[in-house]
This record gives sequence, C-alpha cells and structure tokens, in this order.
Amino acid sequence: MKFIKFFVVGILFGIILSKSEVISWFRIYEMFKFQSFHMYGVIGSAVVLGILIIQLFKKGIIKNKDGKQIIVPPKKNAFKANFLGGIIFGLGWALVGACPGPMFILLGRGVLAILIIVFGALLGAFVYHAVKKWMPN
Amino acid sequence: MEFFLQPWPWYVAGPLITLVMFLLFYFGKTFGVSSNLETICAIGGAGKFNSYFKFDWRKNTWNLIFVFGAIIGGFISYQWLTPNEVIALNPQTIQDLSEIGIQNAGQSYLPAEIFSLDALFSLKGILVLLLGGFLVGFGTRYAGGCTSGHAIVGLSNLEIPSLIAVIGFFVGGLIMTWVFIPIIF
Repeated sequence: MKFIKFFVVGILFGIILSKSEVISWFRIYEMFKFQSFHMYGVIGSAVVLGILIIQLFKKGIIKNKDGKQIIVPPKKNAFKANFLGGIIFGLGWALVGACPGPMFILLGRGVLAILIIVFGALLGAFVYHAVKKWMPN
Repeated sequence: MEFFLQPWPWYVAGPLITLVMFLLFYFGKTFGVSSNLETICAIGGAGKFNSYFKFDWRKNTWNLIFVFGAIIGGFISYQWLTPNEVIALNPQTIQDLSEIGIQNAGQSYLPAEIFSLDALFSLKGILVLLLGGFLVGFGTRYAGGCTSGHAIVGLSNLEIPSLIAVIGFFVGGLIMTWVFIPIIF
C-alpha cells in the first residue's frame, strides 16, 4: 500500500507528458530544428520553478513528509562521461523521439513499435555496464 | 473539462513537471526515470552475466511503480483525454519533414514512417527503432541520467555535471536531426 502514492504520481506524470505533446516525435524534431518554443518552454519553466523549490529545500523551509530536510543527491562529476554519454543519448533521443519517461508513456498508448525501443534501451543499459571499464570517464 | 481535452501549453506542463519532482522529493525519493532500465535488467537476470546487476532491485520498487503509473497515465490520456492527436506544428517543420519523406507531420503524435506496423516489420524500420533505443539506454547510463535526472533535477540543483550532460544531449540531438535523419529517411 505504501507504493500507491508513487503509482498516482506516475499517472500524473504520464498524463502531463501526453497532454503537453512532449511524447511526440514531431515535438522533439521541431525542438532540434529550433522551429518552436514549446519544448524549451516546458523544460525551461520546469527548471526555473525547480531552482526555486530546491532553494526552499536547502533553506529547510520545505521539508519531506517525515519533517526531515530534503537532500538532493549530487550528480557524479565526470566530464567525459557526462558529455559523451549525453551526445550518445541525444542521438537516440532525436532519432526515436523518446527519452526513458516518454518511452514508457507511449507504451501505455498501445504503440507496438515502442516495445522494440524499450528492448533497445535495456540492451543499451546492459551493454554499457559490460564495456564501461573501457569508456573514457 | 474542455481544458483537459485541449493540448496543454508549456506554461502548464512545465510547472506540473516540477510538481512531480517535488512530490517525489517530498516522499523521500528522487526523480529519475532511466535508472529503471538497470532495475529491469537486474530483474531480467542480467546479474548472471555481469555482477553489477546483482544489486538488490527491490529498493527501486517504488520507481518501477512510478513508471507503471506513467504507462497507465499514457493509457488514460490516450483513451479519454485526447479526442484528436493533431499537433499545431510550425508549418516550416511540416514542410521540412515532407521534403525528407515524412508525410502527414502533426496529424498524430508519431510518424507512421517510424512507428507503424509496416515500419516495424521492415528491416530498416526495426533497425531504426532498435538503434534509437540502444543509444538512449547506453547514453543515459553513461551520462548518469536522462531528461528527468539531468535536465530537470540536475539543472534545478544547479549542477555542472548536468549542464555538461544537457549540452551533450543537444549536441547529439542536433547532429541526428540535421545530419543523419535526412540520410536515414
């Protein structure tokens, strides 16, 4: 039962990304062609508001449900991995128009081809861990 | 109700995504979808081939449930909240796509040239889907996060690694869109 809240937040996430067309291949293409403000507006407004919210976490003004300070786990500082991994991710994102969240949301819309994308993504994650010791970090 | 059936503008979607991030932090977790790929690999028995995947995946159950919710959210919006899938694309985008062989841009969420059953059952079609998915999965784990973990949470937390990763996302995306997509299609 303790997981129901995550299920509800997940439903909310799926509906938001569907209704705002973020899961559309065309919106991703349009973004990379700089032909629409839509995606920049979605990500930009989420980040601007996110910066404000996280400042409130840090000042302890907003606490979690147990009344404890909210700590945002820092990302690993690995320039080459962040940049090269980012480029590889970006190539795939623009090709199939779906990052990991939208990939699953599209699955819920019954798009069969998405199963191949998800399988590819699982394979990609698996292969990364098989070869990571040779990857620049 | 009318609002729910219209496409939602960016200034509604963006703050709502922040709300999702906030709720996960409030419940003691953090927002990041791509780590689920590793969890699913672990459940699928990847630990037999690579000890990395021998972690206790049960600690990530909440995130799998979140993703399951996202799938259901996609289903709900498809069934009841999207009376038509027409997207108000820039006319220039529609023309550009037409020139590279992708027709009917914006008449639905996804181009038939990539996502239809005909595409799925062709060699080129299946390779495009598989390669795209592979690059997403490989890249996101190498970079340590995807659009949610890096672009939303990382940038909101003013993290330099996330800024580097997001710049990488755009470098890769621009190369694919401007160089490779016109060749592939």
